[in-house]
Amino acid sequence: MEKIVYSKEQARELYEKMATIRYFEACIKHDSLAGEIPGFVHLYIGEEAIATGVCAALRQDDMIESTHRGHGHCIAKGADVNRMMAEIYGKETGLCQGRGGSMHIADFSIGMLGANGVVGGGYNLAAGAALANKAVLKNDKVSVVFFGDGASNRGTFHEAMNVASAWKLPVIFVNEMNCWASTTPYRATCNVENISDRAKGYHIPGVIVDGQDVFAVYEAAKAAVERARSGEGPTLIEAKTYRIEGHFVGDPELYRKKEETLKIFQDTDPLRIFRQKKILPDAECNEIEARCEEAIRKAKEYALSCSYPDAESFMKYVYVD
Amino acid sequence: MSIKTYKEATWEAMKEEMLRDPSVYAMAEDIIGNGGSMGHYIGLGQAVGDENRVLDAPISETAIVASAVGAALAGMRPVIDMRFSNCLPVCMDELTNQAAKSRYMFGGQGKVHMVVRCPDGIMKMQGAHHTDCLEAWFAHVPGLQVVIPSSPAEGKGLLKSAIRNDNPVIFFEHKTLFKMEGEVPEEEYTIPIGKARVARDGKDVSIIVYGVMVSRALEAAKVLEQEGVSAEVIDLRTVSPWDKETVLASVRKTGRVVVAHEAVRQCGFGAELSATIGEEAFASLKTPVVRIGAPFVPIPMSPHLEDMCRTLPKDIISAVKRVLS
Amino acid sequence: MRTLTFAQATCEAMAETMEKDPKIFVMGEDLARQGGIFGQFKGLPERFPGRIIDTPISETFIIGGGVGAALAGARPVVDMHFADFIGVPMDEIFNQMAKARYMFGGQARVPLVLRAPDGMTFQGAAQHSQCVEAWFCHIPGIQVVAPSNPYDAKMVLKAAIESDDPVLYFENKILYKEKGELPELGSEEPYQIGKAKLIRSGTDVTIVSYSIGMKNAVGAAAILEKDGIDAEVIDLISLSPWDKQAVLDSVKKTHRLCIVHEAVKQGGFGAEIAATVAEEAIEYLDAPILRYGAPFCPIPFAPTLEKKVRVYTEDLIRGIKSIF
Repeated sequence: MEKIVYSKEQARELYEKMATIRYFEACIKHDSLAGEIPGFVHLYIGEEAIATGVCAALRQDDMIESTHRGHGHCIAKGADVNRMMAEIYGKETGLCQGRGGSMHIADFSIGMLGANGVVGGGYNLAAGAALANKAVLKNDKVSVVFFGDGASNRGTFHEAMNVASAWKLPVIFVNEMNCWASTTPYRATCNVENISDRAKGYHIPGVIVDGQDVFAVYEAAKAAVERARSGEGPTLIEAKTYRIEGHFVGDPELYRKKEETLKIFQDTDPLRIFRQKKILPDAECNEIEARCEEAIRKAKEYALSCSYPDAESFMKYVYVD
Repeated sequence: MSIKTYKEATWEAMKEEMLRDPSVYAMAEDIIGNGGSMGHYIGLGQAVGDENRVLDAPISETAIVASAVGAALAGMRPVIDMRFSNCLPVCMDELTNQAAKSRYMFGGQGKVHMVVRCPDGIMKMQGAHHTDCLEAWFAHVPGLQVVIPSSPAEGKGLLKSAIRNDNPVIFFEHKTLFKMEGEVPEEEYTIPIGKARVARDGKDVSIIVYGVMVSRALEAAKVLEQEGVSAEVIDLRTVSPWDKETVLASVRKTGRVVVAHEAVRQCGFGAELSATIGEEAFASLKTPVVRIGAPFVPIPMSPHLEDMCRTLPKDIISAVKRVLS
Repeated sequence: MRTLTFAQATCEAMAETMEKDPKIFVMGEDLARQGGIFGQFKGLPERFPGRIIDTPISETFIIGGGVGAALAGARPVVDMHFADFIGVPMDEIFNQMAKARYMFGGQARVPLVLRAPDGMTFQGAAQHSQCVEAWFCHIPGIQVVAPSNPYDAKMVLKAAIESDDPVLYFENKILYKEKGELPELGSEEPYQIGKAKLIRSGTDVTIVSYSIGMKNAVGAAAILEKDGIDAEVIDLISLSPWDKQAVLDSVKKTHRLCIVHEAVKQGGFGAEIAATVAEEAIEYLDAPILRYGAPFCPIPFAPTLEKKVRVYTEDLIRGIKSIF
């Protein structure tokens, strides 16, 4: 493959997205632990390069299906962090007007078709969206489904992979191999070391990529998107990463040692790995981070300033009016 | 008697039954890591002296349920845990077409003695995918039994019976129960499946409830007492089979009925209760049965919206006032 | 007037809607090559090449993929083969199809129809005979319909396909071959989901049913007439939302109610009707409500046993006579 030369502008965009996710998640973690955020939240810290790299290879009208760990996907696809924050706080101005929250965050205007509270709930939705776009609506939009290693043991994974391969659907299966299925180490309940091996069973390409390297992820995604858009069918990308935070904020993490996790984070932090490549000077990276931090501070301010939806409106949106 | 949480009491039930019967084992996602979704299996393997009887499963609900059906047919007594009741639809076929029917279809050749534990209900802004109460679906399925305990002592006695019972049992446990404290007998005991209990004697109105709604009904009854209303609270314990005799006896005494659950009202189990009472105690009813439950809406996340979907003591009180007027 | 079978009537509905809207497509097992296992898609694959799609035996994809296609802007009609298999994609129905619009604060629309052939045929036994509509009436976010004759089958299916919300369309397998009269093309009346139909006007007792249960309802009314009991018969057609007002109005007139369905009685949709009427019109009732459904038993195979889980018109007649 030809080596891609990245412009400063492209690199800046990638770093800014990753840093936005990082500061967003840090803020959510802090506020959730402080009891300010209602409900369950699941953090994407340490996995930022995957959503960022994949979504950078997509058009705005391409579609993604996300997971319960979905803030990163939503930001990477281009959602407004103010309205995301408002949603996570359960406010009227939130993307889903307070009906969804963290686990059901969505922004249809940019093809973000929703985070999902059901592990493994997204595959068939993405395959169906791909089928609709290809065979019914006859456009060239591509669908992506993100999923964890734990979710790859759902039967839905296999039903969707089979159909996508049989019909050469423009869908990309992006596995975030973060080594933990909630509290269970991936290999404790699965005998396949690389999830990408499963692609063989469906006669589609299975690619392993370093999920901490945003450029590597982008390049793998770009190839998969080209393949999908040109009618050649699906690709399974396995991005190797690590879940730095607990399964959810507040997880007692009885199953692993904090110091080991911290060490892994220090070694594999995607923001640090980006800086090591010296595509952007450190000073510029610092500036970007400062900007992101400020944007997230403002997003929180915005969320706090908004009101909760009128309780009496709770039946709105069950059905189309 | 000693004071225990629901989590501790049901943990003891698991331990006692596993020690009593080597064919009992537990399987769930995250059962090792954090001891299950509510930490209710922590240390269980060690306590029974065999870590292999507490099994971690992949995120494969269809395999968890169907393997339990197979294991039961082979003679084991599996206790599986769905983590959240919203995972039940993922394995709905395994529950309704395999677990429920195997014994009948095969002419009594096998027994499907298994327990499916399902933490359910609204706890704290978990949104539409982690909060539903689905007992009505399973109460409509011949072959399944549905048990819904209301307190630590009830949980322990009913779980032990469910494990010893020879039929598949769906065992719904409201998530807020796990921290609930209550008196639990020291000695060995079980509570029969299919038998309701009068949780509080009264003469003016019968409040028919199960699960978490029992404590809410008792709270409502206390308030009503101060207003001079004597409310009887019936804890169904089991919704399939359900104890029609105890319910009808209460209805014949009071002549007024409130049926309450946290599940969606439309086509909830309250409809079956209300319809049966209307059919079989028609002449005793002084006023129409009032049925309360969640409105016809998925559970929203935002706190004030979520509050609109709870069935609380104040709702029971206003329902009682309606049947008294 | 024209005479069509139930299956033909549904084909007509499909063809008319597909003709108008290219975003409508169909997927399921055994459709394109066979025209559906009950002939309910016959002729459509030839008429709409590429728009009737045969899927693998992957029910979570058929339904979940349908939901995804709807979210992307298409209007899928998906087929369940047998309603008994609906447990397999239950998560896709309950957690995705029904909730997407609400969870996402109105950003999504799920204009999807799920066709589910249900009910006892001859010796289908425990896994090919069930009626499970009650499960879905307990789910906010979806609509449930169950027509009883060819004309309704057509108009209800058209309404379901044109609806912007998901609809579960239960079609009884015995009914497929039943013939019925339809008005000439162009003079048919559109159906509005949620509306019941008054099939027979009467003054003494109201009989409420839907789908194949209407045979019991209409049959009982005809026989009761000879015995001097004038029954009113209501075909609910829609179960969620259901036409409460039509039933209440009728009960206020007749003061007696009998409900019948093929599904298991315990926890069946009849309980919802009975409970609602008892709550909202008890002072009008002269007798306890009668409710008929299957006993609490999986559907057995042997003909002698299967007979025991069916509801018979004689059961209704006996019951209704006992409340006078």
